[in-house]
Amino acid sequence: MASITSTSRRTQSRRSLSKGPSGWLVAPALVFFLVFAVIPLAGVLFLSFTSWDGLGEIRLDGVGSWASVLTDPVTGNAMLVTAKIIVFSFIVQAPISLLLGVFTSGAQKYRAALAVLYFLPLLLSSAAVAIAFKALLDPNFGMGPGLGIPALAQDWLGNSDLVLFVVVFVIAWQFVPFHTLIYQGGVRQIPASLYEAAQIDGAGRVKQFFHVTLPQLKYTMITSSTLMVVGSLAYFDLVFVLTAGGPGYSTRLLPLHMYLTGFKANDMGAASALGVILVVIGLVLALFLQRLGGRNRSASQLEGA
Amino acid sequence: MASTTELAVPPVAPATRRQPAPRGGKGPGRRPNLIGSLGGWIWLAVIILPVYYVIITSLKDQAGFFTTNPMMPPTEPTLDNYKLVLEKDFAKYFANSLIVTAGSVIPALLVSFMAAYAIVRGSGWFITSTSKLFLLGLAIPLHATIIPIYWMITRAHMYDTLLALILPSIAFAIPISVLILSNFMRDVPNELFESMRLDGCSDWTMMWRLALPLMRPAVVTVGIYNALHVWNGFLFPLILTQSPSTRVLPLSLWTFQDEFTANIPAVLASVVLATLPLLVLYVMARRQLLSGLTAGFSK
Repeated sequence: MASITSTSRRTQSRRSLSKGPSGWLVAPALVFFLVFAVIPLAGVLFLSFTSWDGLGEIRLDGVGSWASVLTDPVTGNAMLVTAKIIVFSFIVQAPISLLLGVFTSGAQKYRAALAVLYFLPLLLSSAAVAIAFKALLDPNFGMGPGLGIPALAQDWLGNSDLVLFVVVFVIAWQFVPFHTLIYQGGVRQIPASLYEAAQIDGAGRVKQFFHVTLPQLKYTMITSSTLMVVGSLAYFDLVFVLTAGGPGYSTRLLPLHMYLTGFKANDMGAASALGVILVVIGLVLALFLQRLGGRNRSASQLEGA
Repeated sequence: MASTTELAVPPVAPATRRQPAPRGGKGPGRRPNLIGSLGGWIWLAVIILPVYYVIITSLKDQAGFFTTNPMMPPTEPTLDNYKLVLEKDFAKYFANSLIVTAGSVIPALLVSFMAAYAIVRGSGWFITSTSKLFLLGLAIPLHATIIPIYWMITRAHMYDTLLALILPSIAFAIPISVLILSNFMRDVPNELFESMRLDGCSDWTMMWRLALPLMRPAVVTVGIYNALHVWNGFLFPLILTQSPSTRVLPLSLWTFQDEFTANIPAVLASVVLATLPLLVLYVMARRQLLSGLTAGFSK
């Protein structure tokens, strides 16, 4: 994401060298994207001002849906749950991915075997992960009683105080490998000469990590964090299968609330309003993260878009 | 899957070319990174434990599941659960997943490749604003648009067809594909294009004869990445299809769960079966996938 800005600069200088390809090459991709992403984006805004049960007629309804969504305490709760999941899963995932990425970018024994095992969760669908953890966390037939540790033999998914942390853990289990991969790539692109120089200056491993690795990974961190945060708005499948939002409303995060409102309670107007809220949150978070990375490199790109 | 034939190609990723030898402070004469290793092994255990549990449980019969220690392997492993799942139209769901994945990934690659070529090689407000639009697509949780998509699909009488899954999947794959492909495309030296241009080649020729062969590893990477996403996708099938004849694998896991409420080993056998094709693919294309993904995201 960070490197997009250089495009326009490079293409600008290239223009004088030779005539570039015609714009119609972007047209097929653009058409697909317009029809199934941009127009629905406008559509969700439009539908948020209507009332529709999903089958019958769509009727304009002014701000009725918005009023009901914004006054519904479940919406506030869903936003709170979403915020908690974003923050907690970021706090858990970011450091683990960073450290594992740095670790796995070096040469270890059993490297090939480690690579297969570490990245296994990347291959599993969220539905598979959720079903596996549901069985694993079962208080009677799961890991807890199997290992004979009473503290582990809890009703993890039925306890509304614990379930959010279980969800955060399962999210980390599934997505840390992907972010580890991103960091691994980032670390491998740091010039070795920087470490040699640091070593000559007598910097130990810890100092090298804080003074060479971390600053060099700035843009990798922004890419990873953006994908992590925007991604957490799409954890729908995992939570839907794992807890279905429960117990009570304790894991009903915003996308799930949108699905249940629209497709279970048949209130598409309210669900669309929730969809708009999701889009706004995603956009604000992404812009915020890009801005953290410095205006001139990538923020200006997103702002101009 | 879309890229099965290409996977046999030896992985000569430009990504590996770009990467200096692995380092990370483990040069000669360095102490071993004890804390790093410890953390690495702990995480490995965290990853492995659930996988181990799923596999051993899927090999237990129901009686064994209720009576033996959950973390102990079965005394008499059985493949009955796998048989049961395979008898439940698993092949049909597998075929549906295959059709949807290939049907989404190949067109998405084609249009994204053309767009990436134009974005890197071309200029002008149209191309620039299109590339910005795709970039914005990365920052927006596109799942929020599912309700209008549901409306469009039903109005187009495509509800409960595989095409209903394919079309939006193509669109959702475009932003990330264009981003990764254009990141790679920038590494193709300009001189190559210039000399082909002097020989009188059109952009169309340059795209397919020069850029595509050089970008092959990147194309495979993007193909695998998208294939993973589409193959594992859950939301579109949940909302846009209904009947068993259009069911795809992730959704079938969810419905097996309802069907076999008390038969956890069978449910877990279906989890293993649904993951197996990807595991085979991964073991075959591991280097390509990992080096391609790392390079694709960290540039």
